[in-house]
Amino acid sequence: MSTLVDSQEQNPEHHHTPKGFKRWLYTTNHKDIGSLYLIFSLTMFIVGGAMAMVIRAELFQPGLQLVDPHFFNQMTTVHGLIMVFGAVMPAFTGLANWMIPMMIGAPDMALPRMNNWSFWILPFAFSILLMSLFMEGGGPAFGWTFYAPLSTTYSNDNTALFVFAVHIMGISSIMGAINVIVTIVNLRAPGMTWMKLPLFVWTWLITAFLLIAVMPVLAGAVTMVLTDKYFGTSFFDAAGGGDPVMFQHIFWFFGHPEVYIMILPAFGIISTIVPTFSRKKLFGYASMVYATSSIALLSFVVWAHHMFTTGMPLAGELFFMYATMLISVPTGVKVFNWVATMWRGSITFEIPMLFSIAFIVLFTLGGFSGLMLAITPADFQYHDTYFVVAHFHYVLVTGAVFSIMAGAYYWLPKWTGHMFDITLAKWHFWLSLVSVNILFFPMHFVGLAGMPRRIPDYALQFADFNAIISIGGFAFGLSQLLFVAVVYKCARGGESVPNKVWDGAEGLEWEVSSPAPYHTFSTPPEVK
Amino acid sequence: MKAYHAVVSLFVLFMSFGAASNSDYNMRKGVTDISQNVYQLHMTIFLICCVIGVIVFAVMFWALIHHRKSKGAIAAQFHESTKVEILWTAIPFIILVVMAIPATKTLIAMEDASKADLTIKVTGSQWKWHYEYMSHDVDFYSVLSTPREQMNDQAEKGEHYLLEVDRALVIPTGKKVRFLMTSDDVIHSWWVPDFAVKKDANPGFINEAWTKVNEVGIYRGQCAELCGKDHGFMPIVVDARSPEEFELWLTEAKKEKQQQAEASAALLDKTLTKEELMAVGEQVYMGYCAACHQPTGLGLPGVFPAMKGSALVQGDLKPHIDILLNGRPGTAMQAFGKQLSIKQIAGVITYKRNSWGNNTGEVIQPSQIQAEVDANKEKEQ
Repeated sequence: MSTLVDSQEQNPEHHHTPKGFKRWLYTTNHKDIGSLYLIFSLTMFIVGGAMAMVIRAELFQPGLQLVDPHFFNQMTTVHGLIMVFGAVMPAFTGLANWMIPMMIGAPDMALPRMNNWSFWILPFAFSILLMSLFMEGGGPAFGWTFYAPLSTTYSNDNTALFVFAVHIMGISSIMGAINVIVTIVNLRAPGMTWMKLPLFVWTWLITAFLLIAVMPVLAGAVTMVLTDKYFGTSFFDAAGGGDPVMFQHIFWFFGHPEVYIMILPAFGIISTIVPTFSRKKLFGYASMVYATSSIALLSFVVWAHHMFTTGMPLAGELFFMYATMLISVPTGVKVFNWVATMWRGSITFEIPMLFSIAFIVLFTLGGFSGLMLAITPADFQYHDTYFVVAHFHYVLVTGAVFSIMAGAYYWLPKWTGHMFDITLAKWHFWLSLVSVNILFFPMHFVGLAGMPRRIPDYALQFADFNAIISIGGFAFGLSQLLFVAVVYKCARGGESVPNKVWDGAEGLEWEVSSPAPYHTFSTPPEVK
Repeated sequence: MKAYHAVVSLFVLFMSFGAASNSDYNMRKGVTDISQNVYQLHMTIFLICCVIGVIVFAVMFWALIHHRKSKGAIAAQFHESTKVEILWTAIPFIILVVMAIPATKTLIAMEDASKADLTIKVTGSQWKWHYEYMSHDVDFYSVLSTPREQMNDQAEKGEHYLLEVDRALVIPTGKKVRFLMTSDDVIHSWWVPDFAVKKDANPGFINEAWTKVNEVGIYRGQCAELCGKDHGFMPIVVDARSPEEFELWLTEAKKEKQQQAEASAALLDKTLTKEELMAVGEQVYMGYCAACHQPTGLGLPGVFPAMKGSALVQGDLKPHIDILLNGRPGTAMQAFGKQLSIKQIAGVITYKRNSWGNNTGEVIQPSQIQAEVDANKEKEQ
């Protein structure tokens, strides 16, 4: 696809780099910042996972054993916030930082100082959020969706901390998105035309536009919550002429594109890995780009499918049902494309490929339950039950998180220069695959049988499934520690790898040496 | 062929899951025409998804098994085919249209709440339901009746653990019953799976839903929208009776309401003993107050104030009665004036003023509560 004409790397000795903590605090290098994002995201994944363990421990059997319902609500809320804003989104931003400049032949991100800033405000955001858990009254307990008036009139006094934390996360995301767009638009190597861009770059470009469009909406929503609660406004208070349902429209106008923000880069990663290990070109590059764009456009006109039970005119319900069903068309195109890429390939099953195959199957399962949820009359039965919990964990855990794992295993040798411990990684994959299904699959059943979500205790007919779910949850949680071990070991040492780590891989990132030098493509390569 | 058989038997297994009605692992068929339509929709879309899944994954796993490098497979070079791509865009689209038609029909039927035989106003509040039979002058609260000991694992859990209430909503079968949903505080959602009715109760707004139950029976549901600490503890129980029995019940309920009013009036001249008031008070406190203020009276710091050692509880009587009757706007403290009788309020105030080390020794009589109620009414006029 491309040839590297000039691979002059800067001599690191000419470079003045501070050592120790300052190196990381002051860094404007896209690789350093990418690593920071990824380490931060992994840390948050463990913290958010620990909260999920608390939830599953309480739900292991009926009755209230470990935590009181108020704390339980804080756990579900903060688990959601941390996993969305702390684990999945920073992981994708980290991968973007590391890979986009290397994939398009750029020396760095276009706005390196802003890059530093957009990462370093994140730890503060999450410190504020986590600290609120230890204050009198506790942290946010109104669900990650913070529906008013539960989050305004009826929330505790620490809600301001939640608001500020979300503000900072939003600013960080917007800055990250601006950086991605400016980099891709301006810093492509000569010859890297739009329709030659690697798909990971394409999907991230579209994601970045989504981020810029909807993060300000979230900022508006939390600001109105803040003024309603502390300054006597009535945006969402019917008694003052406001409207609590309007909150949900605003929130989901952000929230629905947000779920595509968490899955489009995943599509990019899978579209990179599947061709590599099938040793065959992606079946329909152009249709993948168009499918991604149509998903992004449609994501703006389906938000109210989260609100069918809120009370909507019939015409509104019909419109949002049809629009939502329509999304399955471009999503189907993607899945068919991956399968067609594998068809008559020469397939091998390295760890990244294993995660990608698991992604395709399990994400599609999540897609099916999504299609079922789109059918409004049936949604009245599914809505706010464990069926929904199963649905979004299939698309976010076996979808987004599995794609991140796949990407991490795929590029880890390039980052570190070492092959990871393959045996350990295989254990990680198979244990995760089995436990994640024990964890989330039975949730479909309890949901259909009528168990509402976000409850700390439940009726006796749900007891057996909940015990199984909890066991799956603990197993999945513990399995992730293996991933931490693999990454740690790989960073410390291991078998050296060649520049092109995977024999079927294509792209500029495989033409620089392994580990990737601190500065790459100071002189742009020429792409033919 | 083996794989084919496995797929077919798996499919049959799924079908048999679907065939079991009201199972523990599938949607309930329910007891209304609508709920059965919804169930059919659910099973249809589920089976369509299964078929698509089986086909797509069969192709994929065929490739994974037969096109492996270790088997000597050499990668073909084909890519992009407009024909195939149009095909796999068009076919799903047609399936969607086929799916949308019955879904639209059912939805239109569900949203038509006109020509109802009976209208019931359903009001959610933290964490109970209030039912008002419009134009029948019958209304009551419906509160979880599962004892706290069962939740704390101090007693064996009953058959309907967390799905039982002190007073069920009674409706007639074979009649179109319309529900008007609203809320006194946060958003709740009234859900009875057997009716396929789930509608949010929004403060300041009224939502409509309806049902026409075909079979006599007891139907249980739960609040479906996170509404604060005890969201998991506000179940819904509907007792569907034949129209004749429903009429009997309605007459009885009206009579009962009258008797209660008379009993309250009779209390005004009586002086109750401290023991009696404390007993009533403890019962009321555990049923209505303990969810927030805790059985220990310690509250939840930063969320719900403590009763133990509280200045309000040990201070002047008037503000104490006032907050119980009218609540405190802008907080979770509800107005209990409408929910509790004057005897219950007198009891619970006496209880709070003489428990957990609060030691005022005061005994508050129902007549004192009534005096405050009357004073409030005068103020309003």
